[in-house]
Amino acid sequence: MGLTTIDWVIMAVYFAFVLGIGAALQRYMKTSADFFLAGRSIPAWVCGLAFISANLGAQEVIGMGASGAKYGILTSHFYWIGAIPAMVFVGVFMMPFYYGSRARSVPEYLRLRFDEKTRGLNAISFATMTIFSSGISMYAMAKLIQTLHFLDAPFRRFGIPQAWIFHTGIIVSALVVLTYIYLGGLTSAIYNEVLQFFLIVAGFIPLVWLGLKNVGGWSGLKLALGPSYMHSWIGLGSPHTNRLGVEWFGLTMGLGFVLSFGYWCTDFLVVQRAMAADSMASARRTPLIAAVPKMLFPFLVILPGLIAIALPTEPPAILNGPQGSAVRTPTGQGLIPAKLDATTGQPVLDNSGRPQLDYDLAVPNLLLHYFPTGILGLGLTALLASFMSGMAGNVTAFNTVWTHDIYEPYIKPNAGDAHYLMMGRLATIFGIALSIAGAYLATRFNNIMDMLQLVFAFVNAPLFATFLLGMFWKRATGHGAFIGLLSGTLAAAAHHALTIPAEAIPGVKGGWLSVLHTYPSEMAQNFWTAILAWTTCFVVTILVSLVTKAPDESRLVGLVYSLTERPQEGNLRWYKRPAYLGVAILGVTVLLNFIFR
Amino acid sequence: MGLDIRLPIGMIFAIFGIMLIVFGVFSNPALYAQSLGININLVWGSVLLVFGAVMLFLGARSMFGPRPANPQGGEPRH
Repeated sequence: MGLTTIDWVIMAVYFAFVLGIGAALQRYMKTSADFFLAGRSIPAWVCGLAFISANLGAQEVIGMGASGAKYGILTSHFYWIGAIPAMVFVGVFMMPFYYGSRARSVPEYLRLRFDEKTRGLNAISFATMTIFSSGISMYAMAKLIQTLHFLDAPFRRFGIPQAWIFHTGIIVSALVVLTYIYLGGLTSAIYNEVLQFFLIVAGFIPLVWLGLKNVGGWSGLKLALGPSYMHSWIGLGSPHTNRLGVEWFGLTMGLGFVLSFGYWCTDFLVVQRAMAADSMASARRTPLIAAVPKMLFPFLVILPGLIAIALPTEPPAILNGPQGSAVRTPTGQGLIPAKLDATTGQPVLDNSGRPQLDYDLAVPNLLLHYFPTGILGLGLTALLASFMSGMAGNVTAFNTVWTHDIYEPYIKPNAGDAHYLMMGRLATIFGIALSIAGAYLATRFNNIMDMLQLVFAFVNAPLFATFLLGMFWKRATGHGAFIGLLSGTLAAAAHHALTIPAEAIPGVKGGWLSVLHTYPSEMAQNFWTAILAWTTCFVVTILVSLVTKAPDESRLVGLVYSLTERPQEGNLRWYKRPAYLGVAILGVTVLLNFIFR
Repeated sequence: MGLDIRLPIGMIFAIFGIMLIVFGVFSNPALYAQSLGININLVWGSVLLVFGAVMLFLGARSMFGPRPANPQGGEPRH
């Protein structure tokens, strides 16, 4: 591929701006509230765009394109029954408690509402998770730079070994994110996320435009792919009649309710963006403003995957392999190549002997296919921006939870504000150092990352039950929440140990104790694991709460729905009222579901 | 915060827009066989420039223009 000077200059300008924003904000970072909460001074639209951008990491841009190529329009469920209803719920119903309680983090809300041990459990598992997520993001980016070979030529020219491409990717991204967060804290992360949001949109619109034009628009796409790719609801009656391998109930309850609400309503990574808002009204509008572009994102991130697989398959090409050797690639489908084993270079076969496709390359290959030099620099900058925003979101969430929920209560309580500000900056440094360690761990042991993600899924699945009961049932107690969370996690682990997706070998995919039930797909197994974990946590929390001492109601004012004054919004114009906005957004979402049924 | 985010966003998009327009005008048309014969650098560069200009205008107006009656610029804090 041909990168020329203009592409490099575009990337350089982007990095200069990212660092420049951090430098410009440095002088405003006077207290720990400036650093961790952006001084609670950010306008709603900025928080809203940062809210989705923090989640717009590699998983979203690369992963949703990959799922689009694999599952088709069904992928839109991650948005239209997944993210959007959850975002409306958190804005309308939950934000009054997060923002109104003046908690500085989600774990801190848990301490105010329940007790210290529930907060500790959540803080520690969340902090570990952010470190590994940002490590995975870093790893994925370095791997992509390596796979796209766009640093090969300059490295050869300067006589640097090709193995250093991976290290350079990791080190440069780590240093850039470190610098701008160290200097400008959460404000810097939020401002850069907004910039990254616009860059991602600016890089992907022309891609979708050219791609759709090429395949003959929507009808051409339909013709090339057939109905199984083009419907989101038709075929969901049974797991065997759709590409996801899930039936409608598992999908709506598992993905739509448990997993999506669990992520968008309780994950501090996104909630932190709303907590930085300048007023209660802005905090409540943050997820709702975020929901508007989020609703349209399937067209930007899923469609490229569909286009990539719909294009005519090119004959096996000769590519430049490692060390400049020519490698003949086995046939893929459309622009998506067959997956090659990282160590042997041979195609990876599935159980029936067909080569597996490397869906993660759908979006990058589409970019290389349509973009000539010039706009190619913009497209690659968009990809880099998405990786960095995902990483930065994790890092800011980590430094806050570490400082406020682990260091302050358990290691050094009652130190001055300047001390905690310094600790936040230190935490940024060692958080990123640990992420780098995580990225290298991923290169050594592929399965470690799979296993960790599995464990996090077990920990996260029940969380939304705890928040729901905490916010809407004043009788829920700390012991109930703690034991409920633990049993939900155990239920998830047990379910995973006893079931397996079809055509998988017992192990990290499930069935490691014994196989009692086989699911038609991995997706179905994940959704049912989540449903079971949620239900267990919900029931156990209620039962334990009923037999333990009721919490003192005076302590719960501002934390529980029935004991909290409704936020005043009489002076707001109608389009600024969360409830109206929420209803309008849900209406459009229903319409989208109907149009693409 | 003292910095209106629309200013840096407007600036970077205007710079990218101008770069792509200039490059699009002077580049070899054969380059655009890849993008279906459309001079995508020129076309998209223009879009980026317009977007950048709008952001710069909005950012500059709120940062340097006359102050609104309510210094918070919106509803009062709760």
